[in-house]
Parts: sequence; C-alpha cells; structure tokens
Amino acid sequence: MSWGTHVYEDKAPRRKFSPVYLFLLIPYIAFAWVPFYNRIAPEIFGIPFFYWWQMAWIILTAVCIVPVYLWQERRDGDRP
Amino acid sequence: MSASPVTIIVFIALFVFVALLGLFGSRWRAGDLSQLHEWGLGGRSFGTLITWFLLGGDLYTAYTFIAVPALMFGAGAAGFFAVPYATLMYPLLFLAFPRLWSVASRHGYITAADFVRGRFGHRGLALAVAVTGLVAVMPYIALQLVGMQVVIAALGLNYNITVPLLGTVSVPLISAFAVLAAFTYTSGLRGTALIAVVKDLLVYITVLAAIIIIPAQLGGYGKVFASVPPAQLLLPPAQGHSLGAGFGYVTLALGSLLALFLYPHSVTGILSSSSRNVIRRNAIVLPAYSIALALIALLGFMAIAAGVKAMPEYAEGFKAFGNNFAVPALFLHMFPAWFAGFAFAAIAIGALMPASIMAIACGNLFTRNIFKEYLAPNCQPQTEAKVAKLVAFIAKLGALFFVLELQTSYAIQLQLLGGIWICQTLPAVLIGLYWRLDPRGLLAGWAAGIGAGTWMVAELGFKSSTYSLHILGWTIPCYAAISALVLNLIVSWVVTLILRAASVAPTRDETVAEDYV
Repeated sequence: MSWGTHVYEDKAPRRKFSPVYLFLLIPYIAFAWVPFYNRIAPEIFGIPFFYWWQMAWIILTAVCIVPVYLWQERRDGDRP
Repeated sequence: MSASPVTIIVFIALFVFVALLGLFGSRWRAGDLSQLHEWGLGGRSFGTLITWFLLGGDLYTAYTFIAVPALMFGAGAAGFFAVPYATLMYPLLFLAFPRLWSVASRHGYITAADFVRGRFGHRGLALAVAVTGLVAVMPYIALQLVGMQVVIAALGLNYNITVPLLGTVSVPLISAFAVLAAFTYTSGLRGTALIAVVKDLLVYITVLAAIIIIPAQLGGYGKVFASVPPAQLLLPPAQGHSLGAGFGYVTLALGSLLALFLYPHSVTGILSSSSRNVIRRNAIVLPAYSIALALIALLGFMAIAAGVKAMPEYAEGFKAFGNNFAVPALFLHMFPAWFAGFAFAAIAIGALMPASIMAIACGNLFTRNIFKEYLAPNCQPQTEAKVAKLVAFIAKLGALFFVLELQTSYAIQLQLLGGIWICQTLPAVLIGLYWRLDPRGLLAGWAAGIGAGTWMVAELGFKSSTYSLHILGWTIPCYAAISALVLNLIVSWVVTLILRAASVAPTRDETVAEDYV
C-alpha cells in the first residue's frame, strides 16, 4: 500500500484475526439496540425490562470476555 | 439541619482510621519513594486483587455515587446511561490496555503523553496530550471536593472560619483536604491503594444494606418504580425524522467510557499493575462495581418513592446542592443513625481516594511531559519525584480554591467540557496503539475536535453536552464528544494522507512491534 512516493512503515504488529474476538462485539449490540429494550414489560420483581435487561448485560458482558481470555491464554501458552 | 451525634462519631472515627492507614501506607511493600515510578506508580507492583480495588475506587468516584442517582432522581431513565457506560468499557480495557501496559513497561513510560512522545517522535503532540489531561482532570478533583461538601452539609457540620484572602471556609472541608494532601505526599500511590481497599468495602456494605433495607421499608421494588412519573420511566421514543433520545443515550455512554480511560488517573491506575494479565483478568472481575453502580443509580428512584424532597428537614440541603442531596437525604431518612455515619464515611472516603490518584496523575504528567521535557531536561530522578509531589499538592490546592471561591456549577460545567476534551486524545493514544497516523495530522485533528466540541457545548449554554446534528433532513442527538471525535478522526486522516502524498519526511517511532505484545 503506497501513498504517493513515500511508503510509511507501520510497526505495530498485525496478528491474524480470530473469530473469537466477535464475542467482544456482542455487548455493544445489546446496549446499542435501544428501541428493543426501551419498554416496561416484561417486569421481574416489579423491575421494568429497560432496567433489568441492562443490569443483566453487566454480567453477560463479563461472560462474553471469558472465551477470548481463555483463547488468548492458550495461544500465549503455545508460544515458545 | 444537623445529624445525630452517633452519625457524626461513626463518620469521624472511620475517617481518622483511613487517614492513619494512608499515612502509614508508605511502609507497605516499601520502595524507594524518591523515584517517580515508585511514588507515582507504586513501583508497577500491584497484582490482580489490589488493582481490582484500586481501579474500582478510581473509576467509580464519590461524585458518581452522588451524581448518577441525582440524575435518576431528576431526569429518570436517561440517568441509567451510567450502566452501559460502566459496562461497555471492559471489552475495550481487555483488548487495548494490555498493549499500552506492555509498551509502557518496556520503555519506562509513566503517562499517556510519554507514550505519544515515544511513538510519534513529536513534542508538540505530546504536549497537547499532556495539557489536555491536566486541564481535564482538574475540575474532576474539584468535583470530588463537592461530593465531600454534600456529605459535610448532610452531617450538619457547619463550622466556618474566616480566613484572610479566602473569606469564609468550612473547617471540615479544610481538614479533609489536609488529610488528602498529607497522605498523598508521604505515601504516593501505595497509601491510596490501601485506602481503596477500605473504601470499596465500605461502599459494598452500604450498597448491600441500601438495596435490602430501603425497598423493604418502601414496600418492594414494584412500589419504588410505580412512584416514578411514567414519562420518566423510559426514554422518549424516536419520532419522525429523528434518531431520538435513545441515540443520545448510547453516544453519551460511549463517549463517557472512551473519555474515562483516557483520563490521566485511569492511565496511572492501569500502568501500576504488575503484568498485562492483571489487566485482562480485571476486565472480567471489575464489572462487579458496575452492578453496585446500577443499584446505586436506583437509589435515585428510591429517593422519589421515599418523598425526601418534600420533607422540611432536608429543604436546606436541596436548596444548596439541588438533586445531589437526594442520596444523603435518603440515607438520613432511612438508615439508623450509626449506619448513616458509616454510609457517609463511604462517600467521603470515596471522594478522598480518587482525588489522591488524580493529583498523583497530575504530578506525573507535569513532571514528565512539561518539567523534564521543557524546563529541566537533565534533572535527577530525585528531583523528578520532588517536583511531582509538589505539583500534586498544587493541583489539590487549585481544586480547593475552585470549590471555595467559585460556584459549584462552574466545576460541573468544566467537568462536562473536560470529558469532551480528553476524548480528543483518543486518535493519538488509543488508536496509536494499533495504527500510526502522522503526528501533524493528529495535532490538526485534536485542535479541530477541541474547537468543535467546545463550540457545541457553548451553543447549548454549557448546560448539556448532547448536541443535535441535522444531516440530510434527519435530527441526530449525539454526545458532543463523539461528534467532535468523528471530525477529529477525519481531519487527522486527511492531513496524514496529504502529508504522505507530499512525501513530507516521517517522524521517528522509538517503539517496535514486539513492544506491544
């Protein structure tokens, strides 16, 4: 890839992308989809959907990070 | 308005205990505190558990604990943006910040501006990042003192003295300030980390008690939500050609989380950990604080249900602090006297501890990126540490002066602007970890972002930060930090392309690929 005559060297390392990183995208979709969760019903213990959906995603976000953590752990363990 | 003596005694006892803990913190895992990285980063020695306490105490400040429920109390659902904000920061922390940790420990970087200086080889850009950090974090320290003021007022400790030049000052506030200054100076980040452990325990116990005791007295969560005006229970739905309040809600959460990790005190907290794995593990366990934050946000609704605003005994507090008095009033009304003292200590110590890290971060930034870079390039490590301690003190003094002499509303407005400004360092710091745009392009983008962001907030009369853009007949309510950041990225990229096309000589990058992994 060349811009004009000078080729810039980008020294940050590129690793092969693994689909496991897509897990990290899920929480952003869950919170960005406001029209879906901006509603009262169904309620749990009198707590409207808007509130418990977002609170549930606090925990689910941590859960989404776990597979990526384990995957990186295995990858780095294999490295000499 | 005065709290019961029991409340005040419990409060003072806990406060004194924490002050002593902070002062003796220098002996804990003692290091050579005349070195800047020992004083200002705790020797990069903190493991998973201490980092969990430190970052938790650092990111979830007392002001958050007062302001978020205050927003729920006044505006309803919109205040719940704190939940996506405090949750969506963790995938980002997990992904990007181990890279920053690696490159920083390899090259001895202490601040984000240190990294920018090394990565881009451009002094102007590093200075811009450092100054943005300093300017943005100062009003944040001031807001911690505001949080302290609210607690002092709720306790009814109105002991004022008249000081020449300063006028009337509150004795409890000055005492708290003296404690803060003393332990930051002597112990640095070690003392702060010890206090963080106590602070977080106090906060968790308070939250647990609050979510069990208060709804039980109010007749359950159903009753609490039923007492909120129906129009405030949800975000207003989008109408016609508008993306609606939901878009503003999401961009506010997104911009706030991007800003949070760029603040100097967050960088200090992250870099003090002992390995990149500590950061990765913390991204999984830190959300525990976000659960606490969500429950604290709901305290705003409980204050509505309890009807504290109509009670004459709290009228004075609401008059002085507005909705920020909702949580203290709720605690005074609902908790037994001794436990109210416990809860107020949690808030006050929750203000002290982040204020200390913020002041340390100011010291690190000024010393490394202004003093050593421009004023005394050949200074000794001991001088570095001395200057940092002094600057940390001056930063706190400035914040105190701010709170005493100017209206609280100025601190809040400046904090609002600070969040927008600090976001404009993202292309250099965060994106810089992956891609290297031209530093001159980044500087132009930074200037454009700061200018546009400030202009949008000025247009809104410094009252709000959600500016509605009108594009192709659509109305897009967007957090100004995000729209300014988009402009910033476009300018940075376009200028980079132009410079490359014109074959302008590139600047030097002292980091190599292996430094980041």
